[in-house]
Amino acid sequence: MTAVQEHVTEPIVPLRRPGRWVAGAVLAVLAAMAVSFVLTTPALRPDLVAGYLFEKSIMRGLLLTVELTALAMLAGLVLGTALAIMRLSENPLLRGVAAAYVWLFRGTPILVQLLFWFFLGAVMPRVSLGVPFGPEFFSAPVNALITPFTAAILGLGLNEAAYMAEIVRAGIGSVDRGQREAAEALGMRPALVYRRVILPQAARVIVPPTANETISMLKLTSLVLVIGLPDLLTSAQLIYGRNFQQIPLLIVASIWYLVLTTLLTFIQSRLERRLGRSDVQVGGHA
Amino acid sequence: MNGPDGHVNGPGESVNGPDERVNAQVPLLSATGVRKSFGRVEVLKGVDLTVYPGQVVCLLGPSGSGKSTFLRCVNHLERIDAGEIWVDGHLVGYRRAGGKKYEMRPREVADQRRDIGMVFQRFNLFPHRTALENVMEAPRHVLGQPRDAVRQAALDLLRRVGLAERADHYPAQLSGGQQQRVAIARALAMRPRLMLFDEPTSALDPELVGEVLDVMKDLAGAGMTMVVVTHEIGFAREAADHVVFMDDGTIVEAGRPTELIANPQHPRTKAFLAKVL
Ligand SMILES: Nc1ncnc2c1ncn2[C@@H]1O[C@H](COP(=O)(O)OP(=O)(O)OP(=O)(O)O)[C@@H](O)[C@H]1O
Ligand SMILES: [Mg+2]
Repeated sequence: MTAVQEHVTEPIVPLRRPGRWVAGAVLAVLAAMAVSFVLTTPALRPDLVAGYLFEKSIMRGLLLTVELTALAMLAGLVLGTALAIMRLSENPLLRGVAAAYVWLFRGTPILVQLLFWFFLGAVMPRVSLGVPFGPEFFSAPVNALITPFTAAILGLGLNEAAYMAEIVRAGIGSVDRGQREAAEALGMRPALVYRRVILPQAARVIVPPTANETISMLKLTSLVLVIGLPDLLTSAQLIYGRNFQQIPLLIVASIWYLVLTTLLTFIQSRLERRLGRSDVQVGGHA
Repeated sequence: MNGPDGHVNGPGESVNGPDERVNAQVPLLSATGVRKSFGRVEVLKGVDLTVYPGQVVCLLGPSGSGKSTFLRCVNHLERIDAGEIWVDGHLVGYRRAGGKKYEMRPREVADQRRDIGMVFQRFNLFPHRTALENVMEAPRHVLGQPRDAVRQAALDLLRRVGLAERADHYPAQLSGGQQQRVAIARALAMRPRLMLFDEPTSALDPELVGEVLDVMKDLAGAGMTMVVVTHEIGFAREAADHVVFMDDGTIVEAGRPTELIANPQHPRTKAFLAKVL
């Protein structure tokens, strides 16, 4: 007993972490090399980067990229959630349709899908609504309905829905079975069970991969080049096609992609914090 | 209120025969010949049970005997294969017309469940909502009642289960016993005619069992009709009007708690009670 009491006041020496210092030194050297490369390489042309950063066609491209990303992700999220719920329903027909959708849209290249919607007018000059082989109630030329912009939204959105369907399905699957039963036992109708109980809890699992999808959609939108839409990257390419300043313009585009990605990452962490509110342990808040 | 057909009351009379008081009333729950199979395994092999308003019925029996399954059939969380269940004058899960029973749509089944409260072994509180929000959820969003009235009623219920000062806590911040009491308040918020409890204390640490049983005894004392699956023989003896012993998908023996627990007749009841007492 007395021996123990002698030790009680001895100071505690924290664990030393020499690895951190080594890693820090290596990183500092690498950072210095990068800075010196940027400052001493004239081909990077920081003056041109600054000059083109807010150029009019770059701004228009940026706006288009943001619009396409937002609309395609919105379509993907809404349709993907519907597909996920269909996939989990008791109706074998709905299950089959959802599975077939995911199979088709995940199984073909996005480029093909974009071009397909764009050239739909060529294979199907008119769309019509009515009884198959019977009378028509509505009919319009496809080329008037499907502009390059709508083709882009269709191509990106319908493709995204297939991926979102799997993400949402995994999210719903992560919610404890007892949650649905408790909700049902309270007399909640199926739609309310999803809206109030299942989806809010699934959201925690859905948000991180959805943020991933959104960030990758940001860059995927540059594929709309093939149907003649000037997104951010395409606009930069159009400019360097004329003045041959490839590197500075690619830097301009990259800066904007990084700005958007940073913004999305910020929104993601805010959302995750909000959804994690209920995790606070006893004593965390009272 | 269109009561169940005359023949449905049959089994109830034999079970509750000695009690003149309850016999005069219309049963609140009346199950006749209920059968249920999972795949090729028959889990319920013709269960008859009658519960009168204000009665507390305890369902005892070994693990796997079908107690939970029967309880889940009562509010149609499981579809039954044969027989029928009436609750408060309504045939559970089916609509009778022209000599046939038509299966109800999910939303109709949901509407039927409003009058039946259920408490689960694992609480199943909504983890993303506070205790108060859990209790308010169904009256607000199923019944669409005004916010302030629902909030007041929910606070009253939390006070009734002794948790008024925990209203703003999330389930993760509550002990098991507190969570189960919130779950009881949540079920009561719909003002159910019948409360079903599926082993409400089995997931609790021994020292937390008492606080939940106390709430249930209060509820029983206030006249709530309850069907309770439990291994708490003490609770059955103290609070139940009627004890039913289930084994292998059938009701083996039933009677007043004092008689059945002290003096079981059937060998399987004897064997079970010898183990749990
Ligand atoms: N969804 C299901 N699918 C297949 N079998 C099931 C299902 N639910 C229950 N069973 C089976 O039905 C039988 C009865 O189960 P039940 O849960 O009703 O028993 P119990 O009396 O409540 O037992 P315990 O005291 O362990 O809770 C068990 O053999 C169980 O494995
Ligand atoms: Mg059980």
